[in-house]
Amino acid sequence: MSRAGALAPLDVYVAKKRLTNASGQTIDVIRDLALRLEAGEIGALVGPSGCGKTTLLRIIAGLDERYEGEVKRPPGRLSMAFQEPRLLPWRSVEDNIRLAVADVGEKELRVLLDALGLGEHAMHFPGELSLGLARRVALARAFAVTPALLLLDEPFVSLDAPLALAMQRELAALVKERAITTLLVTHDVSQAVRLADRIFVLSPRPAHVIGEFRFETRAKGTSDEQARSLEKRVEALLMQATANFAADR
Amino acid sequence: MAARLLSLLALLVVWALAAHFGDPRRFPGPLEVAAAIGRTAGSGDLFFAMGVTMARVAAAFVLAMAAGAAIGYAMGRRPLVDELADPWIVVLLNLPALVIIVLLYIWVGLNETAAIAAVALNKLPNATVTIREGARALDPGLDEMARVFAFSRWKRLRHVEAPQLAPYFAAAARSGLSLVWKIVLVVELLGRPNGVGFQINMAFQLFDVALLLAYALPFAAAMLLIEAFLVQPFERRVSRWRARAA
Repeated sequence: MSRAGALAPLDVYVAKKRLTNASGQTIDVIRDLALRLEAGEIGALVGPSGCGKTTLLRIIAGLDERYEGEVKRPPGRLSMAFQEPRLLPWRSVEDNIRLAVADVGEKELRVLLDALGLGEHAMHFPGELSLGLARRVALARAFAVTPALLLLDEPFVSLDAPLALAMQRELAALVKERAITTLLVTHDVSQAVRLADRIFVLSPRPAHVIGEFRFETRAKGTSDEQARSLEKRVEALLMQATANFAADR
Repeated sequence: MAARLLSLLALLVVWALAAHFGDPRRFPGPLEVAAAIGRTAGSGDLFFAMGVTMARVAAAFVLAMAAGAAIGYAMGRRPLVDELADPWIVVLLNLPALVIIVLLYIWVGLNETAAIAAVALNKLPNATVTIREGARALDPGLDEMARVFAFSRWKRLRHVEAPQLAPYFAAAARSGLSLVWKIVLVVELLGRPNGVGFQINMAFQLFDVALLLAYALPFAAAMLLIEAFLVQPFERRVSRWRARAA
């Protein structure tokens, strides 16, 4: 697998992104947003719900090209887990993964399915799975490649708490082991703190980065105390931004 | 099932009774029609006529489904194509079958090309509209998934779009077949020297109702069998994953 792209950072600048809402009004969803993620880092986008995190992720994925600005993705393959599973209903679990990632090895696939607790569901169809299981299949599909960039949109939502924790550990191990540049969207600050090397805090609409936190000590393991203090700082910033936003209205 | 058989049997009895008390020339009973079927089958005329007609049905059906699928897909995916082609489709949808048939016989000539084109053109707008619905209903989420995982054009069509369009295609095929075989008879009656429609016209000239039914009933039965054993299983097959999902 080509790793050429793994050394390049992700550089994002969105000057302006407009959307037309249901009542026909044009609104700026993102304005003057810049972020940079170094190669091999895990970044987390944290922000109030509805602030444009998913829109930003779609722009970075190249799915939305109607914006002003520039996104420089590390060259190479892209992998993504959407908020919804987005599986092909007419294909079994393992065929869904094989179709999206044609070069996945059979052994690799087994290991991955077992790691995500999907071993016994390999031959099932998406319609036979619960939402939580289907989301795990989508994660397995996203992890089956070694991409230059991995994008995850609320990857652990709708999984029950112990499972979400186990999956987070799985993800962190997988991504770190293969040095995959990863950007994940979450509204859960403690999740971001547990997983990310770098946290970008976004403002309410129009979204821009109001704070960036970097974990220097991530490699050596972060103490619970450090994690809690960071969590508090991020949450304070979020609360302040939301309050300012409300005051402006 | 038993009730259906009983109902069919009752129909035969009513038919026999009606024929018994009516004019046997205008209203022959089941036995006379069966005898007429035996005669036409024995001489081979029935099978020849049915073969010719079925070939026309098949040609027109394939033509209309292929063109309808292509046009309908393009219309469903591209708003500009939709706006350009929609008025044509509306005109075609509202043009009586007979008008299309007569016009094509005049413009192209009394030949096989005109006959098959006329039938295909009658079916085309229905197929187009149904496939267009399917193309409009394609899941944008799956489309994005295919883009992120860099599916090739062909892979996307085959594994992402075709399975979503298949139920619409099957529905168009089912309604299309029943339309096509009825129109083929009219086309044959108006301008072909053979086939079931031509034989029905002959029987009409002779006022021979037994002969007329001897061609019409076996042909209708054959089309019913094709529908039940080919089209419906196809429809169930392509919709199978939906049943699973439910």
